Amino acid sequence: MNAVPMSHGLILGGILFAIGLAGLLMRRNLLLILVSIEVMLNGAGVAFVAAGSRWAQPDGQIMFLFILAAAAAEVSVALALLVRYYRMRGTLDADTARGLGE
Amino acid sequence: MLELLWLVPAIPFASALVLAVVRLPRKVVAWLAVASIAASTIISLLITYSFLHAPPAGNAYTEVLWRWLDVSGFHPDIALYLDPLSLIFMVVVAFVSFLIHLYSTEFMIGDDGYSRFFAYMNLFVASMLTLVLANNLLLLYLGWEGVGLCSYLLIGFWYRDPVNGLAGRKAFIVTRVGDTSFAIGLFLLFQQLGTLNIQDLMRVAPQSWHVGSGVAVAVAFLLLGGAVGKSAQLPLQTWLPDAMAGPTPVSALIHAATMVTAGVYLIARTHVLYALAPSAQFAVAVIGAATLLLAGFSALTQHDLKRVLAYSTISQVGYMFLALGVGAWPAAVFHFMTHAFFKALLFLGAGIVIQALHEEHDIFRMGGLWNRLPVAFWTFLIAGCSLAGLPLITAGAFSKDWILWGAASAAQGSTGLWVAALVGVLLTSLYTFRMIFLVFFGQEHTPIAKKPGAAMLIPCIVLAFLSIAGGYIRIPFAHFLEEVLPWTTRVASAVPLSETASATAAGLVFLLGLVLAWFFILRRPSLSSALVKNPAGAALHRFWFSDWAMDWLYERLFVRPILWIAQIGKGDVIDGSYDGLALLTQGGWRALRSTQSGKLRWYAAVIAGGTIIFIAVVLFL
Repeated sequence: MNAVPMSHGLILGGILFAIGLAGLLMRRNLLLILVSIEVMLNGAGVAFVAAGSRWAQPDGQIMFLFILAAAAAEVSVALALLVRYYRMRGTLDADTARGLGE
Repeated sequence: MLELLWLVPAIPFASALVLAVVRLPRKVVAWLAVASIAASTIISLLITYSFLHAPPAGNAYTEVLWRWLDVSGFHPDIALYLDPLSLIFMVVVAFVSFLIHLYSTEFMIGDDGYSRFFAYMNLFVASMLTLVLANNLLLLYLGWEGVGLCSYLLIGFWYRDPVNGLAGRKAFIVTRVGDTSFAIGLFLLFQQLGTLNIQDLMRVAPQSWHVGSGVAVAVAFLLLGGAVGKSAQLPLQTWLPDAMAGPTPVSALIHAATMVTAGVYLIARTHVLYALAPSAQFAVAVIGAATLLLAGFSALTQHDLKRVLAYSTISQVGYMFLALGVGAWPAAVFHFMTHAFFKALLFLGAGIVIQALHEEHDIFRMGGLWNRLPVAFWTFLIAGCSLAGLPLITAGAFSKDWILWGAASAAQGSTGLWVAALVGVLLTSLYTFRMIFLVFFGQEHTPIAKKPGAAMLIPCIVLAFLSIAGGYIRIPFAHFLEEVLPWTTRVASAVPLSETASATAAGLVFLLGLVLAWFFILRRPSLSSALVKNPAGAALHRFWFSDWAMDWLYERLFVRPILWIAQIGKGDVIDGSYDGLALLTQGGWRALRSTQSGKLRWYAAVIAGGTIIFIAVVLFL
C-alpha cells in the first residue's frame, strides 16, 4: 500500500497548528479567535491520524473523534458566550475585555 | 500543719488567675481577692503557731513540691523553705497585704479596672511569698521577677495617661539593671559551687572560699547589685519616686512595705556570702548610709505627699542596708517589720487624704485636716511618730535605736556610720513633722469631699496598733532569729558609747527635729519661705528637690547616648540586608504584576511561548 509518509502528515498538522496559533495571537475579533482555535485543534487531529496510520493503530482516529466531540462542545458553549458578550458590550473586540487586568 | 505551707503562695496565685480570666461582678471580685489573702494570712499564722510550739528538726522545714528542671547536674526544685527568717517575712507580707487589700476594696471602688487591679495585686502577693519562701535562688529569682512585673503593671495601672506608663517603664528598666547583675551573680555561684540551693550554698561557700577571696567578693557585689536595684538604693534609687504614679494602695504594698525590702531579704538570706566578703559588706553599709542621708534631704523638699513618703521609704530601706552592712542582721529584719507597719499606714493615710481632697497631692494646698479626718489624722500621727522614732513608745524608735546601736557596736560598725544614722534620725524627724504639720495643721485650703468608710479605716487602726506594739517584741524577736541571723559584735573596747547613750542621743535628735519642724512650719512659716527664696537656698532646694539631679545626670549619661547610638545604628549593614530583602520582594512584585495585563491575546502568547520553551528544554537539554 502506498501510504502517505508520516512526516507529511505531521508537517501538515504543524502548519495548521501554526496558522491557528498565528490567527489566535493576531486576530482581535473573538469569533475569528474561536475559528483559529478550531484550526489548531484540526492540526492536532491531523497529527494524531498520521501517527495512527504510521503504526497501523485505530487509536489515532479514535483520538480525532474525541477531539471533534470536544471541539463541538466547546464551540457551542463559546458561541453562546460570544452572543452574551456581544449583547453586553456591543463589540467582539478581544482587547476590550480587560477586566482582569485592573 | 507545716505541710500546708505550699498553700500560702498558691491561694493568691489561683485567685489571681481566676480574677484575670473570669469576668465577675465587683462584690465577688472584692470578696475573692480579700478572702484569698486572708486565707493565706490565716494559714501562715497557723504555721507560725505550730512552728513556735513544735519547731521542726533543725529549726527549718523544707517542702519539696516537684522537680523544676534537671539539666546536666542542675536540678532546682520547686521547693519552699521555712526558717525563722522566711517565716517573719512571710507573716508580715501576708498580713500587711491582707490589710491593704481590704483597704483597696473601698479605695478602688470607682475604678473601671477593679478586677484587673486585684488580679495584679494577688499575683504580686503570690510572687512575693514565693520570693521569701523559695529554697533555691532560681525560684527566688522567679518571685523576684514576678514582683518586678507586678510592680510595672501596677505603676502603669492608669495606663491612659502616658506619664504613668513612662514611670512604669522607668521602674522596670532601672530595676532590670540590678536584676541583670543578680542573674550574673547566680551564674557565677552555680559555676563555682554547682548548686543554687540556698542552704547548700551557705554550707559550701565557707568551705570553698576563704574570707575576702575574689570570687566571694564578686558574687557578693553582684547580688548586692540586684538588691540595690530592687530596694531603690543608691545609685539605682531614681525609679521609686516616679513609681508613685500608681494607685496609693500599690505604693503602700509594693513600694513601701514589701517589694522594696526584697533586697534586704536577699542580703539577709545570703549573709554568709557577705561574711566571706567584708569589702562587699562594707559597701552595703556605705550604700545604706549614703542613701538614707541623700533621700532624707530630698524628702525635706518635696511638695507631693506621696513623693515625701517615697523618699522616706528609700531612706528607711537605707537604714536596713546600713544594719545589714554592719552585721546587725536582726536589726535590719526588725526594721523591715516595723517599717512595713508604719510606712504602709502612712501611705494608706495619704490615700485617704488625697481622695478626700479631690486627688490633691500638694502638701502646701492641704492643711487643717486634723479635725476633719480624725481617724486618718491620729493613725497618720502614730505612724509618723513611729517613722521619726518617738522614743520609748513607738515601734520605729525601737528598731531604729537597734540599728543605731548596731552601727556603733556590730562587727563592721564604726563611729562614722553611727553619726550618719544619727543625722538620718534628724532628717526623718524633720521631714515627717513638716509633712504632718502641713497636711493636718495650719489653715484649711481645700474642703474635703469624701469621708473614708470602714474598709479603709479598719486597716489603718490595726496598723496603727502594730506601729506601736510591734516594738515591744524586740527581745523575743532577736531570740527567735538568733540561730539564722546571729547578731555580730565587735570588741567591746572599740565601741565608743553604750546602748542607752545611743538611744538617748537618738531621742534628743528626734525632739530637735520635731521642734525645728514646728518652728519653721507652724511658728514662723515666713522664715522657711525666706530660706527657700535666698539664692543659695533656692539652688540647694532645687538640687534636693530633683533628687540630687540624679535623673538629670542619668538622662545625659545613659539615656541620650543610647538613643544616639540607636539613631546612628539605624542604617547599618544588618538593617541594610533586611531593607534589601524588602526591596527585592517589592521589585519582584512589580515585575510579576506587569504580566497580569488582562489582555486575552497576551495571555495566549505567554502560554504559547511558555509551551515552546518547555518543549525546547525537553528536546535540547
